[in-house]
Amino acid sequence: MLTLLLLFIPLIASPLCAVISRDKVKYFALVVSLLQLAAIVYAFTLFKSDIANQFGVNYWWIQSLGIAFKAGFDGISILMVALTNFLIPLIILSSFRNENENPKAFYGLILFMQFALVGVFTALDGFLFYVFWELALIPIYFICLMWGGKDKVRITLKFFIYTLAGSLLMLVGLIYLYLQTPGIHTFDIQSFYNVTLTPEAQGWLFWAFFIAFAIKIPIFPLHTWQPDTYTDAPTQGTMLLSGIMLKMGLYGMIRWMLPIVPIGINEWGHFAMILCVISIVYSSLMAFVQKDFKRLIAYSSIAHVGLIAAGILSLNIQGLQGAMIQMLSHGVNVVGMFFIVDIIQRKMKTRNLAELGGLANNSPIFTILFMIVLLASIALPLTNGFVGEFLLLNGIYQYNAWIAACAGLTVILGSVYMLRAYQAIMLGEPNAKYTEFTGLSKIEKIILVSIVSVIFITGIYPKPIFMVAQPALEDILVHIKDIY
Amino acid sequence: MIQLAWLIPLFPLLGFLVIGMLNKRLPVSLSGAIASLSVFLSFVVSVIIFNEIHQVGSVPERILMFDWINVGDLNIPFSFLIDRLSVIMLLVITGVGFLIHVYSIGYMQHEQDHSRFFSYLNLFIFFMLLLVLGANYIVMFAGWEGVGLCSYLLIGFWFKYTEYNNAAKKAFIMNRIGDLGFLLGIFLIYTTFGSVSYQEVFNAAKGFPDGDAAITAITLLLFVGAMGKSAQIPLYTWLPDAMAGPTPVSALIHAATMVTAGIYMVIRSNVLYTLAPYSSEIVAIVGLVTAVFAATIGLKQNDIKKVLAYSTVSQLGYMFVALGVGAYDTALFHVVMHAFFKALLFLGAGSVIHAMSGEQDIRYMGGLKKKLPITHITFLIGTLAIAGVFPFAGFFSKDEILSKVYAFSPFMFVVLMFTSALTAIYMFRLYWLTFYGSFRGTEQQRTHLHESPSSMTMPLIILALLSTIGGFLGMPEVFHVPHYFSEFLSSIIYRKAELTLPESSELMVMGGSLTMVVLIIIMTYNHYVKKAVMPETNEGELRGFQKVLSHKYYIDEIYSALITKPIDWLASFSYKRIELGVIDRIVNGSGYILNGISSLLRYVQTGSIGTYVFGMVIGIILLVALTMIH
Repeated sequence: MLTLLLLFIPLIASPLCAVISRDKVKYFALVVSLLQLAAIVYAFTLFKSDIANQFGVNYWWIQSLGIAFKAGFDGISILMVALTNFLIPLIILSSFRNENENPKAFYGLILFMQFALVGVFTALDGFLFYVFWELALIPIYFICLMWGGKDKVRITLKFFIYTLAGSLLMLVGLIYLYLQTPGIHTFDIQSFYNVTLTPEAQGWLFWAFFIAFAIKIPIFPLHTWQPDTYTDAPTQGTMLLSGIMLKMGLYGMIRWMLPIVPIGINEWGHFAMILCVISIVYSSLMAFVQKDFKRLIAYSSIAHVGLIAAGILSLNIQGLQGAMIQMLSHGVNVVGMFFIVDIIQRKMKTRNLAELGGLANNSPIFTILFMIVLLASIALPLTNGFVGEFLLLNGIYQYNAWIAACAGLTVILGSVYMLRAYQAIMLGEPNAKYTEFTGLSKIEKIILVSIVSVIFITGIYPKPIFMVAQPALEDILVHIKDIY
Repeated sequence: MIQLAWLIPLFPLLGFLVIGMLNKRLPVSLSGAIASLSVFLSFVVSVIIFNEIHQVGSVPERILMFDWINVGDLNIPFSFLIDRLSVIMLLVITGVGFLIHVYSIGYMQHEQDHSRFFSYLNLFIFFMLLLVLGANYIVMFAGWEGVGLCSYLLIGFWFKYTEYNNAAKKAFIMNRIGDLGFLLGIFLIYTTFGSVSYQEVFNAAKGFPDGDAAITAITLLLFVGAMGKSAQIPLYTWLPDAMAGPTPVSALIHAATMVTAGIYMVIRSNVLYTLAPYSSEIVAIVGLVTAVFAATIGLKQNDIKKVLAYSTVSQLGYMFVALGVGAYDTALFHVVMHAFFKALLFLGAGSVIHAMSGEQDIRYMGGLKKKLPITHITFLIGTLAIAGVFPFAGFFSKDEILSKVYAFSPFMFVVLMFTSALTAIYMFRLYWLTFYGSFRGTEQQRTHLHESPSSMTMPLIILALLSTIGGFLGMPEVFHVPHYFSEFLSSIIYRKAELTLPESSELMVMGGSLTMVVLIIIMTYNHYVKKAVMPETNEGELRGFQKVLSHKYYIDEIYSALITKPIDWLASFSYKRIELGVIDRIVNGSGYILNGISSLLRYVQTGSIGTYVFGMVIGIILLVALTMIH
């Protein structure tokens, strides 16, 4: 029942936004999202990590086609939903200062997005998963289209078509799997796990899924929609995309790809792994030359998620646990980073690195918080980024030492572009133009301090997260080990 | 009491938090006092623990704080290890660290942002203590990266100046290059031994044969990390630039403690290095080349801190030579002695700079002996110690390295002896030019000249005392008294290398080096004081090799041309030509093709996205279904 609650709170609240007055709707959205946060915290108190399908629901949806409304939680799902429900209140809060022309639609779409995301992370039926996957695209499409930057129509369309093309590939894969299920066909995930497939079928299914997920993540060379979209979208749109939505692709790899096509991964995984490593190094280099700080963070994000994807493909528990914790950490850190971009943009009216400088003179508190988020994103020990990056690289190392060495270049390259950007923005002579930038508002402090707290808590004591995820990830690995 | 060792890093961490939180509300004396007190408390606990460990039959103790990273069979507890190696490091870090904190109160008294300075300093001590206390490689790595961060923050402390910021960034990035090696080494340790905790790793390693390939690879990768942190060729160029930081920082981080972390790491892993003779040889060679290379650069530097910086690089090279030949205890002995006299020299230099209103160029100093009597005497002691004059600290530790190296390879000994000569030359050049002759600064500087306050001179005096008597902890064998240091450490050294010279040879080494240094002192005195030869003030006057030396062999320029610029070029090339020129064009191109088709179909469609999606989904379902039916 808890699953239904988590799905329906945002679903019901979303249209309600239309009937609430313009200046109240943001508070309404915040309260709803905090309710969601409370619900997931409550779920944790009941959660037993070693039971697979908890708080589950299972109703026939279209019985004749074997489609069920089947959803539930295991360790992976609950962490992903926790990430979603932790970030959405912060994202809503971050928009409080915005002068929004149409706040009712804006908050309604964010809450609808939350509904779809919770659905993606809990669905246990292939068709349901696909429906939620596509539903998540609709609100973000409108958020980018209505509140985006100058070139929003072209860029948003590109983003939409690109991801849609990917998900259609996934749909083909899901339907193929459906038709392979023995007896009366079904979209149930357990049947998908148990289906026997020829190696050739696994090979092309692997590519269908991998391309669909790789577009979402994104991985080189399917990434070019991402920098444009992230840069052009409104801050909250970028946060939703980078913080939560791209994790749909990584989550999909773990839940819907690894256990279903292990032979396909065995056959083609090296190739995909190399693409991930190219993605890491290549997008780090792209980040070197960006003048727009928001675009720089967009590229750095490609590098970070490329490492997560490589960790998943390493097919060992360290890689998977690293991927799990890094999905959470990256979500938190990148939202923090884009919020910092937003603060700079709002106060300085520019994000161009060449025009900024010397902000450290203006506000010590902003300087410290920015520094900590930066350190987390370059994986300094005792921050959340280190735990994930260490486990990911360790997992990849066990897969192949040379690939790990190449992927490890992110350790060096990340510090180069991040410190360059930090220096360009924060350090140097005080700038007379920016005298109005003094300190942070209360809301800005709440958001950044929440993020920084999570950075340290996860970095110093990640054990609870490992314990929640461990049995579920082992279940995933069992399906792979069976094959070998 | 040993179980309370977690207090040692806790005090500086609290100091950091308190000073950081109160920040501008604290007056300089108070933020300095809190910072110094926290380190002093750590020092007291360290002394008590040292006394316990010192007792005969004491065993290493592990203290578990909490489980940090537990995944599968990878088990990384956040735990500390107290043994004879870590307590020595603890005493050096907290002891010398405390003196430098006290000194900083005087040195930074006119600094607006003193709270930020002292909080960083405390944070540094915290991470440094973590580094030496960790009971596994990951906790060491946490401290290792943490001190790198503090080094970054403190080099760029005066962040208004672009040059300083660049130096800070360079230090961090170069260290990160090393850190990647370290990290890969840790992964290989885990895959080879199934653990990253020292005790398990070393016990397992003892079952491996000498020259095992995996251990050789591990030790080489770890050494890459050590090269970065301890500024060895090719990753040394950050250290001279790091002198941009306030002088107490140079003394604490870039001379006495952080830069010796690489040496600590090798000593800690001596079981592995003993089993990897090939790696050890590389360690020795890199150390040797660095020692002589940096010493030659030191000859032509005119910035008082730069001379000392190159000297540090060179002395670290000495220590790596000692490690490479298997004399781990000797290397640590030199680490400790070097911490005394190099901290002393840097703080002395700081006192000089303080008196000279910020001037760092020795060409504009001279004759400071009378105006700065305490600074002068203590600096002289430091110079004698580093040059290796009996009975100062450096004499014993350096002589021990020399004789061990002689037993290992006479050729290396000759090179190292030559380096000793260079060391004496550049140090006495520095000393004579600064304290003797006539004053060459501006009139304004002359009237301002003054001895530093007692908060600065007291640490100088204490360090001078330690640099004078410290060496007696490790008496050469010819004196037939126990080598206290080596005996204390014997339990942590896996297999002691047989590197004893016959008494006559050892006496010869000692006598030879001593005579050489005395001759150099006389010669440099004649040159710089009697003849009053000054370094060229005009770069153009330098010719040939001198010019190469004064430009530090153009290494920075070479790195820039061979590494930095090509990577930046590659990045902007791929952005313009590949990212925008190829990939994005293909993507957009296929979009246009679709666009063309859809514009034809537009007449039969409503044009809404929803309809398109619906149509596509239905179409694909139909197609798949059709193929299945047939």
